Amino acid sequence: MSKKAYRAPDAPRKITWQSATAYAILVIWALISLFPVYWMLTFSLKTNPEIFGENVMGLPKYWVWANYDRALNTGNMPRYFLNSLIVAVSTIMITLVASVMATYAMTRLEWKNRKRMNKFFMLGLTVPIHASIVPLYTTLSKVHLLNTLWALIIPYSAFSLAMGILIATGFMGDIPYDLDEAAFLDGCGVWGIFFRVIAPLMTPAVATVGIYTFLQCWNELMFANVFVTAPQWRTLPVGVQALSGQYTTEWGPIGAALSIATIPTLIVYIFLSRRIQDSFIAGAVKG
Amino acid sequence: MKRPFSYKLNIFIFLLPALALFVGVLIAPIIVSTYYSFHNWNGLTTPEFIGFKNYVELFTSKSINITRALKNAMLLAVFSCFIQLPFALWLALRLARGVKGGRFFLSVFFMPVLISTVVIGQLWLKIYNPDYGVLNLLLRSLGLEKWTRVWLGSKDTALGAAFVPILWQYVGYHMLLMFAGIKGVPPELSEAAMLDGCTPGQVSRYIVIPYIRPILRVSVIFAVTGSLKSFDLIYVLTNGGPNHATEVPSTLMINMLFLRNRYGMGSTIAVMLIVLCFVFALLINMAFKEEKGR
Repeated sequence: MSKKAYRAPDAPRKITWQSATAYAILVIWALISLFPVYWMLTFSLKTNPEIFGENVMGLPKYWVWANYDRALNTGNMPRYFLNSLIVAVSTIMITLVASVMATYAMTRLEWKNRKRMNKFFMLGLTVPIHASIVPLYTTLSKVHLLNTLWALIIPYSAFSLAMGILIATGFMGDIPYDLDEAAFLDGCGVWGIFFRVIAPLMTPAVATVGIYTFLQCWNELMFANVFVTAPQWRTLPVGVQALSGQYTTEWGPIGAALSIATIPTLIVYIFLSRRIQDSFIAGAVKG
Repeated sequence: MKRPFSYKLNIFIFLLPALALFVGVLIAPIIVSTYYSFHNWNGLTTPEFIGFKNYVELFTSKSINITRALKNAMLLAVFSCFIQLPFALWLALRLARGVKGGRFFLSVFFMPVLISTVVIGQLWLKIYNPDYGVLNLLLRSLGLEKWTRVWLGSKDTALGAAFVPILWQYVGYHMLLMFAGIKGVPPELSEAAMLDGCTPGQVSRYIVIPYIRPILRVSVIFAVTGSLKSFDLIYVLTNGGPNHATEVPSTLMINMLFLRNRYGMGSTIAVMLIVLCFVFALLINMAFKEEKGR
């Protein structure tokens, strides 16, 4: 990271009171960002007396794993997690394929109105999901997709599309047109160029679009709450919310449920964070 | 290009998946929602056409009180634009300039975005808990007993208390967008400026920030439309209470739809939200373009 710092190459790094204050703010904000998660992880292993006064902030004195047992077995957390995962992965795949294909048609192929079509898709950036909640609800119930994961996958894909196209357009613009022309002269058609030239070079976009889409559908609450009411198809957000309603006075099991919902994401994030940053830096180097 | 028809067909095939999803799930429902907004409909009987009555009722009814909901949403947008975004930009600039542990900071700041809003809401509910919450415990241990509040339960503090987690969660998101933009600034530009004697602050102000305008515009649009649409954390933290003090358009809409079965009125609120988001996005775009022309 320091390699890219915009500092004169020979300028010495001086510690001034300004840089010290700035660093202090960074550290404090890091603590504020981390605190709720730290607190969640610790109180998920505590008994009520500890949580409520004896030992609020510290590490648990006795590690109460029974909290996790209750969240897992009576709380149905594994099922919710699986549902969320299926929804997220399917949505990412649909969004990726649809947005990269559409971007290709709108940026590499010549036709009238392609700019206008792009603008049309960009409307999706500002359309709130509220816009379609009633019609989607009635339509999904008519085609009997309410209370299935499709009721979430299809809308999520549609609402992630605009951002997918926006990101893909940026990355595709970095691919030189000479490559298309060379492939064309070598006898590639529209599809050949897409699969042999464009698609392989879109990997940084794949990571970015995938991450963005993941965030969208992993966190989504409104549709998940309305379109899926059957307990066995609940996603994590709805499941955790329901569980918290059941155990209002027992914070330990709730903390365990919240942790179960969060820990795998955090573990994946340790890997994803590198990919996010690498893909952004790769895009930046090209641009 | 020798076979224009198959070429056109191919274009259509490439567009088809995106177009089908987009029109089917976004565009058509907007039209249908608009249609419902002119009807009195409980979701079961046939919709009864009532013209603009829903709209008139929405803006005049004291019991719905859309003005309060809109005011709350706009207040959130103001906080977002004038506190959250500048702070995110500052973080991004700092990290892009290269600090010790920069990658760690970036990852940590972005982390809250990844966590489900329900988890975040439940955690903040507990932080704000009047009896056992960390916030009041902290105040008590500092001897500030009189500063303790029923944060989410009293009308005066609920709105502010609900805004804090919303702003807190998405700082990292905006920071990451901006950080990516700053990384796209050609290093030659800032290096040249540095050699000409610019301080890092001046480089940020005169080279980096103008360069990442497109990203700042996106951030502002997201912040404003996101505030108008805000739902998740409000729903988990207060669900519009106490006594409707934290009501936002989305919570009103969900109440209309699924508590009172007023599908027509719910659609009216939805249509109002679409129009507002659209208008604000346009205004922000215009504002950014105008300044560019100078």
